[in-house]
Amino acid sequence: MSAQAYIALNRFGLGARPGEADALGDPARFLRDQVGNGAPLLPEFAAAPGSAQIMRELPERNRMRDMAEELLKQFRERFRSEMGLRFQHGFTSPTGFHERLVWFWANHFTISVTNLRMFAWPSSYEREAIRPHVSGRFIDMLLAVVRHPGMLLYLDNAQSIGPNSLAGKRIDRGLNENLAREILELHTLGVEGGYGQGDVLALAKILTGWSLKRGDEVVGEDAFNFFPNRHEPGGKTLLGVDYAEGYEEGVRALTALASHPSTARHVARKFARHFIADDPPVASVARLESVFNDTNGDLGALAAAVIEDEAAWQAEPRKMRAPVEYVTAAMRAFGGGAKMERKALDGLMNSCRLMGQFPYGAPSPKGWPDEAKAWAGPDAMLERVEWAHALAARLPQKPDASALARDILGPLMSEHSMTILARAADPVQGVALFLSSPEFQRR
Amino acid sequence: MRISRRTLLNGLAAGSGLAAMQGWARLAFAGAPGDARLIVMILRGGLDGLAAVPAIGDPAYASARGALAIGEGAHRLDDTFALNPALKGFAEFWRKGELAVIHAIASPYRERSHFDAQNVLENGTARANGAEGWLNRALGTIAGKSARDALAIAQSVPLILQGEHQVSSWMPGVLPETDPDYLNRVMALYENDPALRSALDDALQIRAMAEDAAGAPLKGSGGMQAARGPYNLVPLAKAAGALIGKEGGPRIAVLEANGWDTHAGQGAGEGQLARRLGNLDEALTAFAGAMGPAWAKTAMLVVTEFGRTVAVNGTNGTDHGTGGAAFAMGGAIKGGQVVADWPSLSRGALHEGRDLKATADLRSLFKGALMATLGLDADVLSRTIFPDSADVKPLTSIFRV
Repeated sequence: MSAQAYIALNRFGLGARPGEADALGDPARFLRDQVGNGAPLLPEFAAAPGSAQIMRELPERNRMRDMAEELLKQFRERFRSEMGLRFQHGFTSPTGFHERLVWFWANHFTISVTNLRMFAWPSSYEREAIRPHVSGRFIDMLLAVVRHPGMLLYLDNAQSIGPNSLAGKRIDRGLNENLAREILELHTLGVEGGYGQGDVLALAKILTGWSLKRGDEVVGEDAFNFFPNRHEPGGKTLLGVDYAEGYEEGVRALTALASHPSTARHVARKFARHFIADDPPVASVARLESVFNDTNGDLGALAAAVIEDEAAWQAEPRKMRAPVEYVTAAMRAFGGGAKMERKALDGLMNSCRLMGQFPYGAPSPKGWPDEAKAWAGPDAMLERVEWAHALAARLPQKPDASALARDILGPLMSEHSMTILARAADPVQGVALFLSSPEFQRR
Repeated sequence: MRISRRTLLNGLAAGSGLAAMQGWARLAFAGAPGDARLIVMILRGGLDGLAAVPAIGDPAYASARGALAIGEGAHRLDDTFALNPALKGFAEFWRKGELAVIHAIASPYRERSHFDAQNVLENGTARANGAEGWLNRALGTIAGKSARDALAIAQSVPLILQGEHQVSSWMPGVLPETDPDYLNRVMALYENDPALRSALDDALQIRAMAEDAAGAPLKGSGGMQAARGPYNLVPLAKAAGALIGKEGGPRIAVLEANGWDTHAGQGAGEGQLARRLGNLDEALTAFAGAMGPAWAKTAMLVVTEFGRTVAVNGTNGTDHGTGGAAFAMGGAIKGGQVVADWPSLSRGALHEGRDLKATADLRSLFKGALMATLGLDADVLSRTIFPDSADVKPLTSIFRV
């Protein structure tokens, strides 16, 4: 074979393919025949949209983008207005303890507005997944949480696909273990609850296919759907127990986690820390733990148990109010909040942010911290004290600080604080000092 | 042979005398105001070290990273490593010899919980439950220290600075200036509540310093409102730099930035993570500028709680991993070097088949920085500051001392 054939293929052409040189014939002719006579393109390549088509599509695409942005803006707008209503409910509700339970559980199962899309969810999440279950069963709340768009989207499970599922084989996406990990670490067993990376993976696989219907597919009040074609086939082993495939096995796995002794310990510790003290008595935690175990996670019984606990009735305040609690308590102290302008509610929400806590804006799935040191940093303290003064200055009628203090905190006010209130330079300062007093900062 | 005290002193005076004297001098002045600064910035959420500092020269890099592999625009550091295209300012620090990169590094923690990992990073032990920060213990070694020697740019003091010794925290405020008489009375209210009292006292002192640094009250100006926005670090970094760089400013400072937990839609040379890196890059450039001459005496460490999985996950992001990258920047850094005992990205070399293996311990970086800036000795570091860490050797090669 002459060198020319190879030159024709490699120098003139794109390079030889196997056997091509042998079949070539006259090299010069081989090349001449190609001039003005290219091989047909791959059909899909040839049929790809042309520039005119793209120009035709552009306005529609821009319109869709604008609509998407508009929708996100609406989500944020609705979030602000609904969080304002939630605030207002707290300002006026005669059932403060019930509301505190809602806040506690919403924080236990945190979702957060980490991006614009997330603004869509907190309000309905709290109403649908948290509120109905605060005196119900833990497993029911867990299931409602894990099936809710707020959680499925916040911790990415809606997009998680079993690598060996029908959908997983077809498209280039797969498993996301985020939700599974946080269920084990934060929602149920706790970080020292006795699970490993293998269990995280197993639960992630068990929860593949737990996702959401969209648009017209959503019928009734529940967008949740189990998609068998995204579900990882085959058995999984979670905490030594075997699970088969399917939705019901996922429910069985979550049920097992909900009634696991580590979950009782984890929940009891958090509950006692929230309602009793940063460092709650061991006996209180143990009592709550056994109530949780004995009632198979009856959250009403858990709430009743903390009411029964003497440690929760000590006169000395053991907890620092978190910013949202603090602002709420201040508004309640003036009997305000029944009628509030949107702008004022926005302002309060912003104040909470400056004190370190934006509603449904926790920095991570762990939720807000529940210890004084998280809220009593120098900067946050100054923010509170200044906010108290700004609020007092804005009150249309300034109440007498001493009378207000007696009305709101009664004998819980110390003599020392009452003396300082009595000596205030003017009514605004007096009210501000009351709101800044250690007795009001704590609970 | 028995060495008498006199012989030893003579020996010092004669041979190695000069070096020893300098050593002593450094220790003696460790507590002096205006000396070297140690700044730690914590990137919370788990920064993907292979996105920030891609190992583009690793033969396995492109295939291991798949869709996350960074092609065009990366700033070459050496044959193996480059900086993410978004890190333009970092590349400039590198050029000036003020940036060193430490790669394949992690805390001793080997699980994958953010919160435990951050605890370990901050408490300086190998366990998640220590409730005292290593920088607080380090602060304890400064002679004549006050709460203003350690400052957190945060509303609340993060664990790394919590502990026995008083520290301060600061964020720019937005409310109008409050009547000093009122604040004095609040201080009186807190007479029997030491926690609230010291928090407020520190806040007032720091504010006075910050206003002094800025040359004007920081309250009530529109610009400072933006400084607290969640997505833009730049204004806050600038204000913090001016405060920390001030004559007599804090010896130790901590900054934080959230949002590095990129489980979905992470992007490569462009995209979500690159945008965040770009903002960090701009913020630290502004920070260094605002520090003024003090930057020349600064060692700033930028660290995260863990790296992320090498391979892309099912949602075009990465999950919690192990080894990652850390940055050391400032005039106290011998820059222009990447320190890495590189474990390779080939499948067999990965930790548990998924993560970049950690071949260095973050505590070695912290130890080196404490030696260089506060003059601590290796023994104190291994026993007190980082308990039971004698086997973790200080990384000294990247510090100018």
